[in-house]
Amino acid sequence: MSIDTRPAAPRRRSAPAARPVSRPARRRKPLGNPVAGLGSLVWLLIVLVPLYTLVSASLMRQDQALNGDPLAVPTDPTFENYRTVLDSGFLSLLGNTALVAVATVAIVLVLSVPVAYVAVRTRSRLSSLAFRTFLLGVAIPAQAVIVPLYLMIGKMGLYDSLWAIILPTAAFAMPVAVLVLSGTMRDVSEEMYEAMALDGASPWRMLWQLAVPLSKAGISTVAIFSALQAWNGFLFPLILTQSEENRVLTLGLFNFMTQFGVNIPAVLAAIVLSVVPIFAVYLVARRALINGLMGVGGK
Amino acid sequence: MSHHAPVAKSHGGGKAAVGDVGRPPVAWAVPGILFFAVFAIVPLAIAVYLSFTSWDGLNSPTMTGLDNWTRLFQDSEFGQAAWLSLVLTVISWAFQTPVALLLGVWAAGRQKNRALLSAVFFIPLLLSTTAIAMLFHALLDPNFGVIKEIGPWIGVDPNVMGSSTGALLVVAFVGGWQFMPFHTLIYQGGARQIPEVLYQAASIDGAGMVRQFFHITLPQLRHTMTTSSVLMIVGSLTYFDTVLIMTKGGPGTDTTILPYLMYRTGFQTYDLGYAAAIATALVVVATAISLIMVRLSGFGNMRSTREGM
Repeated sequence: MSIDTRPAAPRRRSAPAARPVSRPARRRKPLGNPVAGLGSLVWLLIVLVPLYTLVSASLMRQDQALNGDPLAVPTDPTFENYRTVLDSGFLSLLGNTALVAVATVAIVLVLSVPVAYVAVRTRSRLSSLAFRTFLLGVAIPAQAVIVPLYLMIGKMGLYDSLWAIILPTAAFAMPVAVLVLSGTMRDVSEEMYEAMALDGASPWRMLWQLAVPLSKAGISTVAIFSALQAWNGFLFPLILTQSEENRVLTLGLFNFMTQFGVNIPAVLAAIVLSVVPIFAVYLVARRALINGLMGVGGK
Repeated sequence: MSHHAPVAKSHGGGKAAVGDVGRPPVAWAVPGILFFAVFAIVPLAIAVYLSFTSWDGLNSPTMTGLDNWTRLFQDSEFGQAAWLSLVLTVISWAFQTPVALLLGVWAAGRQKNRALLSAVFFIPLLLSTTAIAMLFHALLDPNFGVIKEIGPWIGVDPNVMGSSTGALLVVAFVGGWQFMPFHTLIYQGGARQIPEVLYQAASIDGAGMVRQFFHITLPQLRHTMTTSSVLMIVGSLTYFDTVLIMTKGGPGTDTTILPYLMYRTGFQTYDLGYAAAIATALVVVATAISLIMVRLSGFGNMRSTREGM
């Protein structure tokens, strides 16, 4: 847990519209404290009870889970449910999902970084039009395009392949990526670009040696978000793939639910297993993730 | 400040001004724009086109003019689905906003254990919608789930999923359970930006905590509230996984909200033209809301300076 000592977004370069950000460390006494404090405890219970049950019941034998008190601590913990899940092809689901996530992140970064860079560094009408299109793109729900995508992916001959998941997922991760990246790139000061320009640096070098290194925070946020989106996506895999060999985690989980029927502990064990990789990422990249999310509400 | 003197603008337009030296060619953005267009914008256009056709998913779509649209406005199922979407949206907003606001303001402060609690609050956001829907499906199973133990204790009928109101409320609750941390973070970020002097001045004037909350915190958070509310609204208009996994639109059609109706029409009855019409209706509403968002929250002026957006 000591990995994240480095603040993820250290360079908040004198941005004109930014209000002074006061340090959390010397915060005022918070307001509404008694009510909100109590509320937070209630919410804590609402969050924890399902999570506790998830883990504890996944360790129970089926009869104990079905007959006993579901809130009880498993008296005789067993990993049998986990073995059941692992034996039903869980690892291939994991492999497919990891592949989809990595490919999605790669595509999103390769395509979004130049778009954001152009949006920030040029003043042409075209680039601001493009930027606005991406802005609106945030609001396009995947459900709105799933019927035409079904048609297009079929025509492209990609139906029931991992590409059928990767390409639309990457496209739908792009608007947020462009927004986040242009936000961080805009904070790189103009003077530094000018200094490099005087040295005769090409635009390409400026991107690689200035904009990208100084936007690391934004880039990691984007990478994590795209990976999460790919990892958790459900609609695209559901509609655009079919065979078992191209099945990803979310769809696999959904299938377990019907396959295992009332074997609730096994279903819960599958859920736990599906969360483990994300949880590992979270522990490593907690700050980038939270800072990225918090930035959404800025102003 | 960066006003560039046109130093190098000499020699008959051979060179650009220093301010333009090293600016990337717009062409760099083309691959990204094309890719996004192919998989997000073009499909939108095709969806509109398909909404004027009849298509079973196998043969070619055939034009049927306004048939789908006239049907849409007469279809009582569509009417019900639109109504349920609206109800779900209102319930979700009314449930999530006060809780997220209070939690966010609270988390922006300085309590012991705040970091730890915030980390716990965050966990639901890591689970996929699928996993969460399945988890609650298991927990709320009237025969085996925790609900049969806890339900009577907190005044919830163990068969809550069997009643139409109950099922809709559960869908709203599960969505809130998942996205509350996200909105809490948004409010936390907003609350941290409120200048402390406002509170100091108010304390000197003798304003109590409640008054400070209503006269400083709430007004200062109005932009944050806009952003969060719009995200909630668009989010709950497009709930899908939860409904498919937990209720399958039931009992009866009592949780058949628009996205689920679209899915059922398109991919279970293979009436894809009509499904495209439903989807188009959905995107019109979502776009209208997002345009309002761009207007109200000032995203449009490209001046977002905080980390992230």
